[in-house]
Amino acid sequence: MNDQTRVPRTLPRFSATFDPQTTSEIRRAAATGIYDIRGGGAKRKVPHFDDLLFLGASMSRYPLEGYREKCGTSVVLGARFARKPIELKIPVTIAGMSFGSLSAQAKEALGRGASAVGTSTTTGDGGMTQEERGHSSILVYQYLPSRYGMNPDDLRRADAIEVVVGQGAKPGGGGMLLGQKISKRVAAMRTLPEGIDQRSSCRHPDWTGPDDLEIKIEELREITDWEKPIYVKVGASRPYYDTALAVKAGADVIVLDGMQGGTAATQEVFIEHVGIPILAAIRPAVRALQDLGMHRKVQLIVSGGIRNGADVAKALALGADVASIGTAALIALGDNDPRFEAEYQALGTTAGAYDDWHEGRDPAGITTQDPELAKRLDPVAAGRRLANYLSVLTLEAQTIARACGKSHVHNLEPEDLVALTVEAAAMAGVPLAGTSWIPGSPVG
Amino acid sequence: MTTEAPAKTFDLATSSVRELNQFLHRVKEGANLPRWRVLNPRGVHAIAAGVDADVTIEIDGDVGYYCAGMNKQATVIVNGNAGLGLGENMMSGLIYVKGDVSQAAGATAHGGAIVIEGNASGRCGISMKGVDILVKGSIGPMSAFMAQAGTLTVFGDAGEALGDSIYEAKLYVRGSVKSLGADCIEKPMEDIHRAELYERLKLAGAAGEVDIGDFRRYGSARALYHFHVDNAGAY
Repeated sequence: MNDQTRVPRTLPRFSATFDPQTTSEIRRAAATGIYDIRGGGAKRKVPHFDDLLFLGASMSRYPLEGYREKCGTSVVLGARFARKPIELKIPVTIAGMSFGSLSAQAKEALGRGASAVGTSTTTGDGGMTQEERGHSSILVYQYLPSRYGMNPDDLRRADAIEVVVGQGAKPGGGGMLLGQKISKRVAAMRTLPEGIDQRSSCRHPDWTGPDDLEIKIEELREITDWEKPIYVKVGASRPYYDTALAVKAGADVIVLDGMQGGTAATQEVFIEHVGIPILAAIRPAVRALQDLGMHRKVQLIVSGGIRNGADVAKALALGADVASIGTAALIALGDNDPRFEAEYQALGTTAGAYDDWHEGRDPAGITTQDPELAKRLDPVAAGRRLANYLSVLTLEAQTIARACGKSHVHNLEPEDLVALTVEAAAMAGVPLAGTSWIPGSPVG
Repeated sequence: MTTEAPAKTFDLATSSVRELNQFLHRVKEGANLPRWRVLNPRGVHAIAAGVDADVTIEIDGDVGYYCAGMNKQATVIVNGNAGLGLGENMMSGLIYVKGDVSQAAGATAHGGAIVIEGNASGRCGISMKGVDILVKGSIGPMSAFMAQAGTLTVFGDAGEALGDSIYEAKLYVRGSVKSLGADCIEKPMEDIHRAELYERLKLAGAAGEVDIGDFRRYGSARALYHFHVDNAGAY
């Protein structure tokens, strides 16, 4: 066949529905008969802060000088009921991550980094370690359904208490820490046999619903003599009603975690298909607070995909008081660092995509209980990296706030924002750029 | 259980539970007033929650939710019935209830002992982590769910799904068990278990009240300790 008679072929075309990722998962499922478990948050593309833009100052608004005029960043949490509210110097905090899912070195590094810039860290499922209490100047103690390691002494040693109802990666789900990560120390803290798969229940054992939660919060306040701010954490799903009910139950602070928020280990199908993006959750939560006259009185912490100071500023502009980071903090410590590429390849993945945190073989020494791997993480150096990163987030948020003419990051407001897409405009309740159109109708 | 005359009373008709608990939290070792009687509890919640001292607190009446929650060291006697979450997450000490108790008695409790003269509702001993619970009546459904450690002894009957997803807690039941939960099985009652049960009853002041030989033992089959797809039907 010569050139004139050869029939041109179209390129092989992959199905948009059955793309290579999808077909590989079908083959994996067919081979194993079990769903895929991984760490992290939703990886699919969802409407996010990238779909919003700040307008900045113009004829009608005066900017602040970027290098001379003050732009405040501090926030007080818990003044509604707690006798000892806490003050964060920056509007960014570290989300709850357990010792067990993370190494002791990683927990120490989180404490060091957060403390260096005047913000808090949070325990996770499995109790409080000496390392994190010792290195965290402000420590939030999570109160989870499993109550692993829960005790009144640690409750009193904490600076705040976070009652966990759900998390963004898996609203309505419990958890499982596979046996590889149940080391002798982890097992002892959780009163479990070493090496078994540890299940975490999805419901609290001694209360059901907001009416009971109100009494539970009262008990926690009684035990701690009404000193500690009490947070209630929910996964973003029905943010208006969840926020309203948490306020009714007596929360000082609401923590709202979007579907991009990470988990130590959960089914992939759960992470990608349950819950809503944080962008869609903030305005309904703020509206609930406003309807109850509690906006800025009950503080709102939001998380799930916060990566830079613009994300922080956008979250605050939509009405949050604080942004919380988990995945980004781990990356700052050294998670998924390309310098471990050869080892990631050996694990069948690549730097930037590694998410088998539950297997405990993290080359970076962060999501592991293997003492040899954990030793790779220098908590002092990693803590310094985290402090640097938190400083950058804050500086970036301040830069944007000044450009919008705000003397405090909390003065950012929805009117400073426009959306690039119809979806983001509807979710964030701000106009589509170049128009005055805000699609959709508010919940609640 | 006999009780001595308390040295001082605290009347919840005229004082708040906040005032009571604040006072109890300030009681330290060697305090001169180690016995307290609480009057008119009237179902108030969180009575004697968070006490950490070797004192005796006797409550004359019914208590609400979370009585003696997270208790350490104290002996708390309830001359009445108790609401949800009695002695939740208790670390040590003794709770003695003369009446019946609601759901989730001794939930996640790490240590100490809870003695209930009447019946306990569902989820008794849920996620218990080392406490010894004795119920002289019967217990409701889903008791000892995910129970990790400690003992649950029942003179009467147990409701459905006893010990579902149980870890290493030991269950002794004298009466009938409506059904066992996932991974909970009956196990042989051998001398070592009879001795352990006798010891628990003795510590609770109940030795001799029942025949040890009437009890049956239940615990974990440990088949679900490692998740495997072949066990998916058990959940």
